[in-house]
Amino acid sequence: MIIDADVVSLSRMQFALTALYHFLFVPLTLGLVWMLAIMESVYVMTGREVWKRMTQFWGILFGINFAMGVATGVTMEFQFGMNWAYYAHYVGDVFGTPLAIEGLMAFFLEATLVGLFFVGWNRVSRVTHLLVTWFLALATSLSALWILIANGWMQNPVGSAFNPETMRMEVTSFSEVFFNPVAQAKFVHTVSAGYVLGSMFVLSISAWYLLRGRNVDFAKRSMTVAASFGLAASLSVVVLGDVSGYAVSQNQKMKMAAIEAMWETEPAPASFTLFGIPDIQNRTTHFALRIPWVMGLIGTHSIDEPIPGIHDLVDDAKSRIGQGIVAYDAMLVLREDRNNAQAKAILAAHDKDLGYALLLKRYIDDPRKATPEDVQRAADSTIPNVPVLFWAFRVMVACGFYFIALFAFSFWKASKRQLDKDRWYLRLALCSLPLPWLAAELGWIVAEYGRQPWSIEGVLPTALGVSSVTTGQVWTSLGGFVLFYTALAVIDVVLMVKFARKGPDGLGLWPPGQPSPAPAATTIAAQA
Amino acid sequence: MFDYETLRVIWWALLGILLIGFAIMDGFDFGIAALLRVLSRTEEERLVLLETIEPTWEGNQVWFILGGGAAFAAWPMLYAVSFSGMYLAIFLVLLAFIMRPVGFNFRGKVHDPRWRDVWDWVLVLSGVVVMLISGVAFGNLFLGVPFQFDGNLRMTWHGSFFELLHPFALVAGLVSLSMLLAHGACWAAYKADHVIAERAARVARWTTLAYTVFYVLAGIWLAYGVAGYAIVGPVVTDGPSNPLYKDVARGSSWFASYMQYPWFWAAPVLGLLGAVGVQLSVARRGLGAFLCSSVMVAGTILSAGFALFPFLLPSSLDPRSSLTVWDASSSRGTLELMLGAAVVFMPIIIAYTSWVFHVLRGRVTLEHIRESGHTY
Repeated sequence: MIIDADVVSLSRMQFALTALYHFLFVPLTLGLVWMLAIMESVYVMTGREVWKRMTQFWGILFGINFAMGVATGVTMEFQFGMNWAYYAHYVGDVFGTPLAIEGLMAFFLEATLVGLFFVGWNRVSRVTHLLVTWFLALATSLSALWILIANGWMQNPVGSAFNPETMRMEVTSFSEVFFNPVAQAKFVHTVSAGYVLGSMFVLSISAWYLLRGRNVDFAKRSMTVAASFGLAASLSVVVLGDVSGYAVSQNQKMKMAAIEAMWETEPAPASFTLFGIPDIQNRTTHFALRIPWVMGLIGTHSIDEPIPGIHDLVDDAKSRIGQGIVAYDAMLVLREDRNNAQAKAILAAHDKDLGYALLLKRYIDDPRKATPEDVQRAADSTIPNVPVLFWAFRVMVACGFYFIALFAFSFWKASKRQLDKDRWYLRLALCSLPLPWLAAELGWIVAEYGRQPWSIEGVLPTALGVSSVTTGQVWTSLGGFVLFYTALAVIDVVLMVKFARKGPDGLGLWPPGQPSPAPAATTIAAQA
Repeated sequence: MFDYETLRVIWWALLGILLIGFAIMDGFDFGIAALLRVLSRTEEERLVLLETIEPTWEGNQVWFILGGGAAFAAWPMLYAVSFSGMYLAIFLVLLAFIMRPVGFNFRGKVHDPRWRDVWDWVLVLSGVVVMLISGVAFGNLFLGVPFQFDGNLRMTWHGSFFELLHPFALVAGLVSLSMLLAHGACWAAYKADHVIAERAARVARWTTLAYTVFYVLAGIWLAYGVAGYAIVGPVVTDGPSNPLYKDVARGSSWFASYMQYPWFWAAPVLGLLGAVGVQLSVARRGLGAFLCSSVMVAGTILSAGFALFPFLLPSSLDPRSSLTVWDASSSRGTLELMLGAAVVFMPIIIAYTSWVFHVLRGRVTLEHIRESGHTY
């Protein structure tokens, strides 16, 4: 059957919206929790009350964000089954495992301990509470690890093979899936991005207090933690982003070429296009400003390996579609005759290209009957949206370098104990607050939108993965998400701003001894 | 280590354990959320009730998340067919799961009775929706649902949301609702201030009675009014996971497996004994009644799973497409690795969960709320 193109578009839109929305909260959880762990460690080591109050104050904001992350995370798990049922069937054997292990190893721990973080201050000893916070932090990062192992497999589907008896991908080697180089690179890059975001959150809000002359000691200490942690994280996000780029160039050549808007294969080492206007119609890049050698170095970590351009990759795709049709034909023979040895041998020889034959399913029901025009269309469809990737990537990288500069400068000011001296600096730190979110969302777009038309690179086209649901059903859920998510976003921002404005002084957390309606440590929420 | 057949049975059991874990651990959170406005008269009392579940509901909910993840990994077809087929029902459950975390967290963040009222009703509704719909969904498993596979194992579904509301399925929904309300009430009787606990004990007795009636009614209906499914021809238990390799006929009894394995009767007996236990012990407001209601929950879910065995999701449209334990699982390697992960991590999970409950032991009293405020 031909897949309903509207259901595909709507389901993709819904997935992108809910994933991008979920990813507003995840990086803050990932980063902020380590700030809490650091602050509380200082408290336990020095015994100074202010560090405990810092942990508690930033903990309130962490809690609001955490609730949103949990709420929107459930959606992600549900959606694979609801909207991408054929995907779930086709790759559940491989893709489901890291998700399940994430639950067993990480999310269970995280969710069980988070309650104790808030109510445990007077119930367990200092050191035990510190351990709770540390395990909470560890569990959030472990959680990211397993999710990115699942995602890494979508980018680089190693350790698995197609089984014609069950019509799906099955695991052949778990160690290859778990130690997938793409997954490792993505993990460190993504958690570092979260750490940058968490650091910026603390840095910016503290800068606001200093601008107002409120909570000065409290804010300076918080900024010092944020500056050091943020500097390490922003260096790591850029350096490891480069590792991630290298991994992409090895197995997603088309994504790499699209990011660079590189239409023709250049002689090695390729130049890096700093600026230009990609033109899809004429397949060229206008006004390109190129820096020689840089791309070749980033993409191949060598000077003699060429990076293939889009035109050559489309030709590759065409020949793989041809091989894929052979595999598809063998698969159909096997469906009628399970034990046909000849067909088994043919399929085994060509199953790496089976996915390319499935690209044709968007245009015709039976790939074997494809005309050369169909093949050309399918091969052209492997080009992702070049201008979007080109710009998203450049803005993200520019943000990354800006973060290094800002945190390095903050670190220098912190070491000179001059954080509260320059108002322009404090304003800059405050205004930089949205940038890590921008960079994180753009990173998601580069990675996932750049993977199109595949949901599993080279294995399963996105369009084929959808459920047999109606457009009416998807409109209903999409409308529901837009409605509920918008309402929650408004409430979340209002609460975040409200508690940030109140600050440690307004909440009676710091300084001690100022009049407050009830014992501060345990009435954080009640006083609000 | 294990053969494919054994691994499939183990994963069928583990799916059941996760479901029971979810119903016992998160069931009382849902029950209390739904009873929030019934068991309390004042804002302080509401804070007490919330405090009995707030520090732990998040961890409890992971039983559900993990159940979904395990279904995805171990029973991918079951996950794919049920979530996409019952699309709108699942979407409602999802909305409930989205609104709950924010409900708990945001409710106390603004001091305004109207604000709190809104979140109270959000919590009540999310509790009722999840309890009711999961029961209705379970009921539909016995009726069979309208889906079929094509040769590529792409599933198509030929029904609507309202067709899920068959009277038998609604009774199953009421079983689930009354059972988890009773379970929540038993937790409140054990954990909340005596003023609330007394009320909760009364509610527990009435809801347990309702559960008993609905459960017995559902059992009789199932025996006389609902046709069962059976695999016909040779049953291959270790073949590839392709539902189209077998044949299925409709018309037998769902009690066939009870006849084949008489020890299965232990499950419904336990369910009903649990209900009797609640009636006898809940007035004492101790842990005993809560343990009884847990047995009631476990027995009920087991009895349904046993009746369905070896079916997971029968198809009314094309019985051959029905999903069974023998043809809807992941590959052997995946089941084996996941079993290893479960064996390593489940005891650790149980250990730290127990520790957290131990730290939070003791009754949440009104004095406690007055003294220290609302801490979550």
